[in-house]
Amino acid sequence: MTNTQLRFTKKHEWVLPLDEERARIGITNHAQEELGDIVFVENAEINQQVNAHDSLGVIESVKAASEFYAPLSGEIVAINEQLEDEPERINDDPYQDGWLVEIAYNKPQELETLLTEADYQAFLSEEE
Amino acid sequence: MSDKPLKQTPLFSLYQSYGAKKIIDYGGWALPVHFSSIIDEHHAVRQKAGLFDVSHMGEICIEGKAAEKLVNLLMTNDITSLEINQARYTAMCYQDGGTVDDLLVYKLADQKFLLVVNAANIDKDLDWIHSHRMNDVTITNLSEQIAQLAIQGPEAVNILQKLTDTNLTEIKPFRFVQNVQLADITNVLVSRTGYTGEDGFELYAPHQQAQVLWRELLRADDRLQPCGLGARDTLRFEAKLALYGQELSSSITPFEAGIGFTVKIDKSSDFIGKAALTQEKQNQPARKLVGLEIIDKGIPRHGYKVFSSSDQEIGFITSGTHSPTIQKHLGLALVQAEYAKLGTEVQVQIRSRLVNAVVVETPFYKRK
Repeated sequence: MTNTQLRFTKKHEWVLPLDEERARIGITNHAQEELGDIVFVENAEINQQVNAHDSLGVIESVKAASEFYAPLSGEIVAINEQLEDEPERINDDPYQDGWLVEIAYNKPQELETLLTEADYQAFLSEEE
Repeated sequence: MSDKPLKQTPLFSLYQSYGAKKIIDYGGWALPVHFSSIIDEHHAVRQKAGLFDVSHMGEICIEGKAAEKLVNLLMTNDITSLEINQARYTAMCYQDGGTVDDLLVYKLADQKFLLVVNAANIDKDLDWIHSHRMNDVTITNLSEQIAQLAIQGPEAVNILQKLTDTNLTEIKPFRFVQNVQLADITNVLVSRTGYTGEDGFELYAPHQQAQVLWRELLRADDRLQPCGLGARDTLRFEAKLALYGQELSSSITPFEAGIGFTVKIDKSSDFIGKAALTQEKQNQPARKLVGLEIIDKGIPRHGYKVFSSSDQEIGFITSGTHSPTIQKHLGLALVQAEYAKLGTEVQVQIRSRLVNAVVVETPFYKRK
């Protein structure tokens, strides 16, 4: 996983801008490792309007429930429906198959506030 | 949680080399949630065998002329019918029937009993036992000296047999043998008990021997997998084995928690809580522990509220998870007794939503 376009949040989401308007969101490898076996996703809903930092849904592992948040403001335009039957995709492939939602973002400047991969890695090592 | 440094079992320094992930604070102890993954370890125990470090559990020795009398007074179960080398699961109750702890009593000798208690309750239990102390009894906390490993699963007996000449098939459930030689360790108490719903053994050895025992067991057979707290919890949950602090507490009686079989109202001598528990048995407990299966979406968790189909609050979830064996979202709930019938439709509040659930049979999993 080294896509120079990928951006990260301190709450362990990743953001991949697909074009000028649309970005795909997921949780990081570190986040899925922390959660352990993921067994249920309560995902956001299509057409839902969200502000950055809003809760988008809940990812549940065997042990616990954990919220995930919108890194950008905009409208939810797609959700990964395969997670309904196979939530373990997040464990197996957090950056590809395990994506969560796509947002049509309306505040592109928010992208500038996100972390680069190097920043995120540095943040992780500080946290430990 | 307090700021006290976490306690470590004698195996703590080995966890890393066996791939332990996520060391957490469990009742003041630093213990691993899992080594490979909770689900992987769960299946290993159901299908082959798993090894657990449960050295955080407490061991209290009660010895002397009045030992049996004291233990029988403290415990709801009948201790007088125990034979030497037999263990019994029991509750220890307050006068009002609320539960101090649930534990195993091992009869080591005529005047000597070992109580194996929950880690988080060691100090509370010791205080309680001391407050009922009798002459001619010594009460010793051995928790800092005794390590405990649990080897659980259908292959546990075959794997453990590789390390000893003692014939393990002769040890019946809830029986044990003292001073067994396992590998080069000479003084292990080998007990056919466990907390997973599978066949298996719990091994009690001096702290200094714990690391050798752990290593030798895992070296003896590669079907044996190290397991953490996560799988221990999902395994005991499916088998409906109570966890103190969830199914049991000072405000939950053994009858409510579904362990009424540990309360022997008619045993020959008086015991603490007898009056309250006798009355509760006659009147039927007001609340009952039931199994719930979530029909809609969501996972029930400890503390979530349970409502009737007409939106009345009727109880709460004591434990809940995604069951790895049954592959459903299941919960144990303490509810008003009139809602305990199989098939009763109820609702669980998961975050802001009320989610449909139904009362189902327990235990969720029973070994064939």
